[in-house]
Amino acid sequence: MAGKTLYDKLWDDHVVHTEDDGSCLIYIDRQLLHEVTSPQAFDGLRLAHRQPWRIARNLAVADHNVPTTDRDKGIADPVSRLQVETLENNCREFGITEFDMADIRQGIVHVVGPEQGATLPGMTVVCGDSHTSTHGASAALAFGIGTSEVEHALATQCLVQKKAKNMLIKVNGKTGPGVTAKDIVLAIIGQIGTAGGTGYTIEFGGDAIWSLSMEGRMTVCNMAIEAGARAGLIAVDDITIDYYQGRPYSPKGDDWNMAVRYWQNLRSDSYTGDLFDKVIEIDAAGIKPQVSWGTSPEMVVAVDANVPDPAREADPVKRQSIERALQYMGLQAGQKITDIKLDKVFIGSCTNSRIEDLRAAAAVIKGRKKAASVKQVLIVPGSGLIKQQAEAEGLDKIFIAADFEWRDPGCSMCLAMNADRLEAGEHCASTSNRNFEGRQGYGGRTHLVSPAMAAAAAIAGHFVNIAEQGA
Amino acid sequence: MRAFTTLTALVVPLDRANIDTDAIIPKQFLKSIRRVGFGPYLFDEWRYLDRGEPEMDCSNRPLNKDFVLNKPQYQGAQILLTRENFGCGSSREHAPWALEDYGFRAIIAPSFADIFFNNCFKNGILPIVLAAETVDQLFKEAVDGYRLTIDLQTQVITTPSGQNIAFKVDENRRYRLLNGLDDIALSLQHADKIKAYEAERAKRAPWLFKDA
Repeated sequence: MAGKTLYDKLWDDHVVHTEDDGSCLIYIDRQLLHEVTSPQAFDGLRLAHRQPWRIARNLAVADHNVPTTDRDKGIADPVSRLQVETLENNCREFGITEFDMADIRQGIVHVVGPEQGATLPGMTVVCGDSHTSTHGASAALAFGIGTSEVEHALATQCLVQKKAKNMLIKVNGKTGPGVTAKDIVLAIIGQIGTAGGTGYTIEFGGDAIWSLSMEGRMTVCNMAIEAGARAGLIAVDDITIDYYQGRPYSPKGDDWNMAVRYWQNLRSDSYTGDLFDKVIEIDAAGIKPQVSWGTSPEMVVAVDANVPDPAREADPVKRQSIERALQYMGLQAGQKITDIKLDKVFIGSCTNSRIEDLRAAAAVIKGRKKAASVKQVLIVPGSGLIKQQAEAEGLDKIFIAADFEWRDPGCSMCLAMNADRLEAGEHCASTSNRNFEGRQGYGGRTHLVSPAMAAAAAIAGHFVNIAEQGA
Repeated sequence: MRAFTTLTALVVPLDRANIDTDAIIPKQFLKSIRRVGFGPYLFDEWRYLDRGEPEMDCSNRPLNKDFVLNKPQYQGAQILLTRENFGCGSSREHAPWALEDYGFRAIIAPSFADIFFNNCFKNGILPIVLAAETVDQLFKEAVDGYRLTIDLQTQVITTPSGQNIAFKVDENRRYRLLNGLDDIALSLQHADKIKAYEAERAKRAPWLFKDA
C-alpha cells in the first residue's frame, strides 16, 4: 500500500542533497555535546580554521566525568577535570551554550535534551554518544555518532548518511504486574539479539508502547542501540505533545500551534506492517520482569528463570560466548536468577534516572532498609531538575532512610568514568544499559534490571520476583 | 585522513563474536582529549593481566600470553579477522583510533555494528563484510604467517593460495577512502544547498530557526 513510515517522513524532511550511490547529506536540527567525544572535534575545527555553521543548534553539558558527591570541591581526578574544563573552554571559545556542574539544569545529556525541550518531535538529533537513540521517544530522528561526525555536524550542520531500513516492533496488549518499559525493551533485545536491529531504524508501537509515559518511551528508545539499531522511534500522540508544552526551549505562541499541527503527522501511515521491511510482534502479557545474567544485553531472562546451560546451545560460537560469560560473571549453569546475591545496586543512567524511575524505586522500598549484605546503593538522578523534583516529593528521604546514597546527577556508575564503580567480582543490580565486561568497573559484574527490580534487590540482597509480590 | 588503496599484510584471528567498543578501548582511556596514543591500550583488559590506567607506560605491564594479539606469530598484523557484530555498543571513535594507532588498516568480519563501521571510514580503516562461511574459511587458514592482499580499487581480497574473494563497499565511502578525502570539505561544497534548505525549511518550521 502507499504511505510512509514515521522514519520515511523524518528522513525525507531532512534531505539536503542525494549522491549517485544513494548516500545523502542530511540536515541536523540539534547537536548535543558532552566532554568525552567532543574535544578532538573542536581541535579539528581549530586546525582547519572553521567555525560552527549554526552555533545555537548546539547545546553542551558535562556528564560522563562529573562527580556525584562533593561537587563544591570540584573534580579530584586531574584527567577527568581537564576533560570537563576543555569542554567549558571550547564552548566559551565558540559561543556554545553549556550547562556547567553548578547549573541546576546540568545532568545526563539524554535526560537534559527532552527535559529542556531542546530536542523536539520532528527534529534530527545527534550526539557523540550511542544512547542518543533516547530522543526518538518523541519522534525525533536521533542517533549516536563518532567524533569525526561531531566535527562534521558542527562545521556543516549536516551529516552524510545512508538511509536505514524500516523495522516495526509491535508490543501488543497490556503488560502484567511488575513489568516496566525496561522489561519490555530487555525482552525485545533478548528475543532479537544485539545485532537484530543492525541496519534498521526501529519504530516501537503497539498498545503496550503507546500506553507508556514519555519517560518509559525514552527507556525503550534508549536501548534501541543495544538491539543494534542506531535509532528508535515512537509516534507522536497527546502524551508527547503534553510533555513538551511549556518547556524552556519548546516553541511558544503561534509557533507552538504550528509545531503541534506538524507533529501530529509524525506517525507511520499504517501499522499493519505493509510499510516496513521487517515486523516483529510481541505479546506484552508474556513479558516478565527481566534480569540479565551475562556480558551482553541479549543475555537476559525472566526473573523466575535459571541461568542458561551452554551444553544446550548447538551453535559453537554462541556456546563459547555463554561459557565465557558464565566464567566472567561467576555464575553456574542452571542457577536460579533469584539466588544471585548482590554487592551493589545502581539506580541511574540515561536509561532509568527520570522522575518516574525514582518514584518506582521509592515505592518498592518505602519504610524498609537495604540488606546488610549489600555494600552500597547509589541513586543518581538524571538531572539537577529531577533531583529537585524528587526532593520536593520527599523521595530523597525514603532513599536515605533505607541507607541508599542520594547523589548528584551524571552518568556515574553506568560506565564508571568518574569515581563511582564496581570492584572486581562484585555483582551489581543496575538500571543502566550495558553489562559488558568491565563496563561498571574492572572485573565488575552487571545485571541489567528495571528500577523497581533494582530497589527490591537492594532490600532483599538478591533478585526477587516482583511480579509475584505485586510490586 | 590516510588513503587506503591496497594492503598486503599479516592477519590476526580474534575468534569472538559481539566484541564491544568497551572491550576495544575501556572507558578510563576516553578521558584523553587527544586523538592519538590509544594503541597501547587497545583491548586493554584482555591484553594485560593488570588494570590499565590512562598515561600508563605499557612496556613493562604483564601480558596475557594467551591473548592472540600477544602471540609472537601475529606481531605486526595489520588485518584483524573477527566474528559478527564487531564494534557494538558505545559510539566512541576512540575504538577505531586505538585500532589504527596499534597498526590495523583493515578488519574482516561477517557483520559490524553500524556506528563503529561508519567511524572506521573516517579513520582510514577499511571494514570488510564477508559471508559467515568465508570468514569461517579464513579462520581455518589464518595460522602462522597468513597474509592477505586487499585491493580497495578492485574490491578483491587475494589469499596466499591465489583465491580471489570479492567484497563490496558503498561507492561514496570507497571514493573517499581511496583518496583519503576530508568529509567536511566535500560537504561544504554543497554550502549553497544547505543554505537553500534552511531558507525553505524555515518557512515550514519557523520554530527551529529562531536562533539568537
